[in-house]
Amino acid sequence: MSILIDKNTRVMTQGITGKTGQFHTRMGKEYANGKSCYVAGVNPKKAGESFESIPIFGSVSEAKKQTGATVSVIYVPPPFAAAAIDEAVDADLDLVICITEGIPVRDMVRTKYRMQGRKTRLVGPNCPGVITPDEIKIGIMPGHIHKKGPIGVVSRSGTLTYEAVGQLMDLGLGQSSCVGIGGDPVNGLKHIDVLKLFNDDPQTEAVIMVGEIGGSDEENAAQWVKANMRKPVVGFIAGVTAPPGKRMGHAGAIISGGKGTAQEKLAVMEACGIKVTKNPAQMGKLLKSVLK
Amino acid sequence: MKIHEYQGKELFRKFGVVTPRGFACFSADEAVEAAKKLGGSVWVVKAQIHAGGRGKGGGVKVAKSLDEVREKAKQILGMQLVTHQTGPGGQKVRRLLVEEGADIQKELYIGMVVDRVTQRVALMASSEGGMDIEEVAAKTPEKIHKVFIDPSAGLTDAEAEDVARKIGVPASALKQSGVLLKALYECFCETDASLAEINPLILTKQDQVVALDAKLNFDDNALFRHPEVVALRDLDEEDPLEIEASKHDLSYISLDGTIGCLVNGAGLAMATMDTIKLYGAEPANFLDVGGGATAEKVTAAFKIMLSNPKVKAILVNIFGGIMKCDTIAAGVVAAAREVKLSVPLVVRMKGTNEDLGKQILKDSGLPIISADNMGAAGQKAVAAVQGHKQ
Repeated sequence: MSILIDKNTRVMTQGITGKTGQFHTRMGKEYANGKSCYVAGVNPKKAGESFESIPIFGSVSEAKKQTGATVSVIYVPPPFAAAAIDEAVDADLDLVICITEGIPVRDMVRTKYRMQGRKTRLVGPNCPGVITPDEIKIGIMPGHIHKKGPIGVVSRSGTLTYEAVGQLMDLGLGQSSCVGIGGDPVNGLKHIDVLKLFNDDPQTEAVIMVGEIGGSDEENAAQWVKANMRKPVVGFIAGVTAPPGKRMGHAGAIISGGKGTAQEKLAVMEACGIKVTKNPAQMGKLLKSVLK
Repeated sequence: MKIHEYQGKELFRKFGVVTPRGFACFSADEAVEAAKKLGGSVWVVKAQIHAGGRGKGGGVKVAKSLDEVREKAKQILGMQLVTHQTGPGGQKVRRLLVEEGADIQKELYIGMVVDRVTQRVALMASSEGGMDIEEVAAKTPEKIHKVFIDPSAGLTDAEAEDVARKIGVPASALKQSGVLLKALYECFCETDASLAEINPLILTKQDQVVALDAKLNFDDNALFRHPEVVALRDLDEEDPLEIEASKHDLSYISLDGTIGCLVNGAGLAMATMDTIKLYGAEPANFLDVGGGATAEKVTAAFKIMLSNPKVKAILVNIFGGIMKCDTIAAGVVAAAREVKLSVPLVVRMKGTNEDLGKQILKDSGLPIISADNMGAAGQKAVAAVQGHKQ
């Protein structure tokens, strides 16, 4: 088992004709079961063509109808990416993973509003994607640093997620699924949503939750963990050294109005029974210490 | 992106947010000319820098004659204005706003941001204008009223008037303040603002609401569709190193410590900075080289970090995923040679082709300090600046 995606997932690439979309579709296809997973691409101007034997369709709904794909991954450039999410939502896909970085916040506010009451789940934007090791990889993470196992990983950042995975691997711990939820302030699944999925996933025995300064998603997730989580959760928050008012790369990583500091988040997480570390080199060891 | 108050007010007026009349000035002569054009007998001379808290720092003065306008303008222009937002060095004043005086009956507060929890634009309003709003929020949160605006309906008349009433706008001015709030919301959306703040919004003795201040920040991701906003950028207000970094597509922020950091990815960059602090030193910067840590980018990054005289060591922390460690190592070696690196360099590489990368660093003959994990890298960098070689 795993969360969100597995070897039976059928995925289409929106933005398959761009350089990034092609590169990562190829990498995804070469990973584990990728050959059967990547079944379609979408580009309204190139319908009927194909990319390395993956057929290209003119629309998401056409790609879904013809191939049965229910998941999409988006590499469309920022000015058009929110509209690409809208199209996937309108086609009632199960899951949209939007990798694109730099989408205007106003576009995402409108897109999230449109998504109310719809069945589609969104991961991202501005995220590395989702991987279920040894089954399927959707996104830009390096596949070979992962292996199948009992640990769930959820994080707002890309390379810091790989760092956490690297530390787990050094200790011989594989992962059930790793989810990068992205560094934007207005996004799809939050920490709390992914933790709920891990809680219900029989393969997952413990979870690493990696957060960042800004917002209150980690605090909300921690409160939920305290009341509901049946599995141990360990956490790290990046940005202890970040000064207020400065945006640390990610649009969402900013301390504003004295809210969203790392200290504040760590305190709430600890109070909710999440073991935390202030040393990012210790995430793996901390996780190992809570395994039964 | 940030802009000046006078630019914010120009945008406000375009959308129908009422402001005092005023002119931007670059000299004392221009300030006197502006006062003459405005007429009346009271003027306000306001320093234009991007930081807040200008009044407390002595950057806002009232003048009651044209001579006083000249005198105040001379005082303020060229001063190093220190506020709680500028840091101890302050910011040099190069521009002024000369405005007509206002009859203030009451000072109110209005702000707009995108709320992360509801994922909507939030209007915040308070009767406690002219004060530090963060303090109001902390001490008397009941005095801050919020409206989470439905993106399809926009701010409605009923919502606008209701919130105006709650912050003490009298019945006679409710309609006009409703129009102003709706205009502000339109301005916020149409310009892709990330923050709009009017502090204070005043109620005049004639029962009119007027934006006495204007703070507008914009979503950097949306600047591509707002050339009119980009044209308002004032590079004098920005850190020259941050400007240089943005030319090389590097995300860089100057900080106060002694260890320069070069990392791929924003989260890992923050975590690396935190590790430095954990071992007892402070980072000199945040620097995310992004996905493609090429020799050109690493060289540019080294040059930018080294132009900060406080930097006593550099810590490179790269997780090689798609980008392989040997490629990155070659880039680091080339960059270190090119800039004739004179401070200790600690490199930690992990991921794809890690061993090949380490070998390249070793074979370079450069005095590079290698570290196996992030903790050791932090420790070694801190030891290097403290002068104890490990």
